[in-house]
Amino acid sequence: MLRLPPFQLEEPKSLYAALVLLAEAKGQAMIIAGGTDLLPNLKHRLFEPKLLVSLARIEGFVGIELQEDGALVIGPMTPLAQVAASELVQERAPALAQAASLVAGPQLRTQGTLGGNVMLDTRCQWYNQTYFWRQSLGYCLKKDGTECHVVKGGQKCVAAASNDTAAPLMTLQASLCFERLNEKRELPIRDLWSSDGIWNKRCDQDELLTSIRIPAQEAGHRGAYGKLRTRESIDFPLLGIAARMTLADDGTVSDAELCGVALAARPSLVRGVSEALTGTRPGTDEFTSGLESAAQLAYKQLRPVDNVPGSAWYRREMVPVLAKRTLQAAARGDGPVHPL
Amino acid sequence: MSARDQHGLAAPHGEFQIIGKPQRKIDGATKARGSALYTDDLCLPGMLHAKTLRSPHAHARILSIDTSAAQALPGVHGVITGQDMPTPYGVIPWTPDETALAVDKVRFIGDEVAAVAAVDEDTALCALDLIHVEYELLHSYQSPQDALERNEPAIHKNKRGDNVSKRVQLDFGEVDKAFETSPVVIEGDYSFHGSTHAAIEPHCALAQVDGNGLLTLWSATQITHYVHRALASVLDLAPHRIRVIQPAIGGAFGGKSDPFSLEFCVAKLAQITGRPVKMLWNREEVFYAHRGRHPMDMHYRTAADESGRIQSVDAKILIDGGSYSSFGLVTTYYSGQLLTGPYDFPTYRFDSTRVFTNKPPCGPKRGHGSVQPRFAFEVQLDELAVQLGMDPIELRRRNSIGPQTMTVNGQRITSCGFDECLEKVERASDWKSRRGKLEQGRGLGVAGSMYISGTNYAVYPNDMPQAGIQLKVDRSGVVTVFSGANDIGQGSNSMVAYVVAEELGLTLDMLRVVAADTDLCPVDLGAYSSRVTFMVGNAAIDASRKLRKLVVSSLAEHWEIEERRVRLVGGEALDLEDPTRHMTMAEAFQIAEVKHDTLGATGSYNTPTLGGDYRGGSIGASPAYSFSAHVVEVAVDEETGHLDVREVWCAHDCGKALNPTLVAGQIEGSVYMGIAEAIYENHQTNRFGLHAGPSLLDYSMATTLDTPEIKALIVESLDPEGPYGAKEAGEGPLHSAIPALSNAIFDAVGIRLRHLPFTPEVVLRALREKREAERQTASPGNNP
Repeated sequence: MLRLPPFQLEEPKSLYAALVLLAEAKGQAMIIAGGTDLLPNLKHRLFEPKLLVSLARIEGFVGIELQEDGALVIGPMTPLAQVAASELVQERAPALAQAASLVAGPQLRTQGTLGGNVMLDTRCQWYNQTYFWRQSLGYCLKKDGTECHVVKGGQKCVAAASNDTAAPLMTLQASLCFERLNEKRELPIRDLWSSDGIWNKRCDQDELLTSIRIPAQEAGHRGAYGKLRTRESIDFPLLGIAARMTLADDGTVSDAELCGVALAARPSLVRGVSEALTGTRPGTDEFTSGLESAAQLAYKQLRPVDNVPGSAWYRREMVPVLAKRTLQAAARGDGPVHPL
Repeated sequence: MSARDQHGLAAPHGEFQIIGKPQRKIDGATKARGSALYTDDLCLPGMLHAKTLRSPHAHARILSIDTSAAQALPGVHGVITGQDMPTPYGVIPWTPDETALAVDKVRFIGDEVAAVAAVDEDTALCALDLIHVEYELLHSYQSPQDALERNEPAIHKNKRGDNVSKRVQLDFGEVDKAFETSPVVIEGDYSFHGSTHAAIEPHCALAQVDGNGLLTLWSATQITHYVHRALASVLDLAPHRIRVIQPAIGGAFGGKSDPFSLEFCVAKLAQITGRPVKMLWNREEVFYAHRGRHPMDMHYRTAADESGRIQSVDAKILIDGGSYSSFGLVTTYYSGQLLTGPYDFPTYRFDSTRVFTNKPPCGPKRGHGSVQPRFAFEVQLDELAVQLGMDPIELRRRNSIGPQTMTVNGQRITSCGFDECLEKVERASDWKSRRGKLEQGRGLGVAGSMYISGTNYAVYPNDMPQAGIQLKVDRSGVVTVFSGANDIGQGSNSMVAYVVAEELGLTLDMLRVVAADTDLCPVDLGAYSSRVTFMVGNAAIDASRKLRKLVVSSLAEHWEIEERRVRLVGGEALDLEDPTRHMTMAEAFQIAEVKHDTLGATGSYNTPTLGGDYRGGSIGASPAYSFSAHVVEVAVDEETGHLDVREVWCAHDCGKALNPTLVAGQIEGSVYMGIAEAIYENHQTNRFGLHAGPSLLDYSMATTLDTPEIKALIVESLDPEGPYGAKEAGEGPLHSAIPALSNAIFDAVGIRLRHLPFTPEVVLRALREKREAERQTASPGNNP
């Protein structure tokens, strides 16, 4: 078995205590939620923190709450399995419930959390490997090295955002609450991401994600998530697409949106999807041709690179297929689209 | 072969009590409850932990190794390098090209260079970082073509100065003439990618040297006897001062057949430190140890007449061996020698070349050496059927070799249930009414195959038996079976218990099996080549019948009746003609012990003289062959290339199912493994010569969700020489699953996949090429 490096573990019982620990550590600490991604990464020597601050014992970090304005507020330590099984989430944010249901496998969804998935480190075939393997390679831009093996001569890390839940949270216009000692801010998830694969988030590593808020969606909200992966379980996405659609009272599309993940460092919204579909009625030829247009928009805009395992060519070819099938599923009110 | 090797098909007492009926595995409950002890469960007082330093270079000369800083680290008790054990070894005695640790060169990324024993793994790992190795980098061979075309620098020294590990060219009959005169010839290139075993339990070994200097090694090995021999040679220690024990094992599939570096290292470190030493490999290290399926590039030609009768087969095969020989000599022979059934063809030629490359070494994986050629040939047969407009099952039936025949390369076929296998899958899949009538994108494919039940090639030449069994009797009624065979999960310990219980009329709870311990058990050559049920089963019958004779004669004398009236059944002895006369087996054994002194018996098995009269003619010669046929049903998503394998029907002729539940389990496991390696698995190196993903995340094996419905259909041809007619079941049912899948894909969407693996990308590209070709033919300019 791979060995964990030595580190100190703190398990504060209150948010305040956690914030104090993080402040005192001055950037030398890491936050551990479910640990399903962090622990393998520690074993691979991708991180070498002196201190891990566990969120497991902090009160009030688990739960899904419906607010008076119809918003859902989800605690960061809520297990993915709970998000997937929640009737509230299934009803009000179906794409999120579906994405959560497809993260890894059942055991990991029980241990892994929504907050952890949002804050997941980016992934790359040249990075998520053991120390021995990376040493034999000569390392890479993201960790210990100077060269990118995905883009020859590349100066920017293109490791992929591989969090399934990021895509639906983008389409749902979720906002995130981050806290630091004596500091609290609300950040729309659409403003979270940067294109730097080394750290793809516009927040500091010692900021703590304390809640995820999904605003009330319009009446007629539909959503679905589609996931491409090698096997029907376990695997990270080779491509993930979330679809959001609003159906007006007359049954026609009044708004639609697509967001792709596992492409590059940030999840990407597809431009022009609403225009392609608005006014069409599911089941008609117009809707079908709107789907084709939306799929082509996705094909043009979402360009996977050879960062995660598997062929970038195939992932790209699957973009329009997954986009279309996920929009169809949203229109029908079903999903997830998995396997394709 | 002598009389002791053949025991007939009949039950010892008219009707079978245990054999042929579903039984539990004797170790099932302990494994399910977690109380079975695997090598890593063993801990000894004062035990040290060892780790291995590996090469970060694919091909390099070692200029120097400095271990002084590692030696000086507190908590480190021993550091060894190749110089400490320079004697080369190899599982095949003709090709000893491995050393426990690299002596002068490293040959792939992950090759073992040094080992450290320390108070714990973390300290050992720290010490590894302190070992300084100076390398001179050499050209790294990453493709077999490169290794074939270029000689310098040679990966291993040989007389020819090239990178060829083994070449076998064999001709049977007038092949060229057959191709000239046959009206139909199909020719094509096929390729098979690498795959590995990925047994759940990583390799692990523990060594201890006791006060008398006796070295005991506990190891997750499937061939205790060869490890014993290799240890004696490499450590230069008399074999009688070594004991090798295989504890419970978490799967092997061929991947634990070679002697491995860690076994020598813990033994040497235990000698040096005077303390027990354990080494457990992590998953990455298991991927480097590999010994998995050889990638092969295969060119096949098949000639046939208009009725579909095969006239000749001509194969040229390039085998990527990776960095060491392992079983490669045998692999090279098997790539040609095992193709000559279940079809009868009058002429045959193959030319197989195995080359070394700077990759993890290949070796035997379930269906050793013959799964790849079988894939190519069975796809080619499907192409022949299409060309002839013939039902592919009918084509196979027409060429079926049948029982009591001789193959073109001189292999003796005794029992053969291949026709029944074809019939069973044809009926179960509803082939006749469904094939060609399924919805668009869905199809059915068929393939057949043959495999050995052990081989009379004993790895090291000797005239001693291949398998041995020893029985010891207790006055309580318990019989302890000492079996040399390695139970690797296939159930060989259960199998010997069933046989002995059947023969002695015992219930299974009266049996104890002690296995795979060189101090306690007679020699068996190990769990490979599907030899155990056939050979050890026969040895168990041999021993049991000797013991039964002592008991029956004693009871006949005691009761003053004829021996034929004595029955041993269900844990009791009774007089067939006088129901008042009966006793427990415990009492029966005691009566026999009074007459014969301490009771016991030994049994053995050896193969008859087999094989063609030519060099290599005995490799692939088996006392009996198993046969399989598969029908696969697949649905192809033409937009994504995704394959949904809906159902697999596998009929397997195992001669006689000693325990039908275990046979069905072997069939299901084989089908699972075959389909998984065809679609999901790919053991390869990347452009840096690094393993492409040495983890169970990146090396994607099928999960339960990815596994098709499997229908196991048992065919019993009752082999005249097998134990109660039994043959192998553990490897044969893998072979034809893969070509049947390719053939099903052709039936579904009209693409002919000749190159594995069948990833969605490969399928999608082939579909697009087909559409493009159709578009060009259909465009007006091309109309005739």
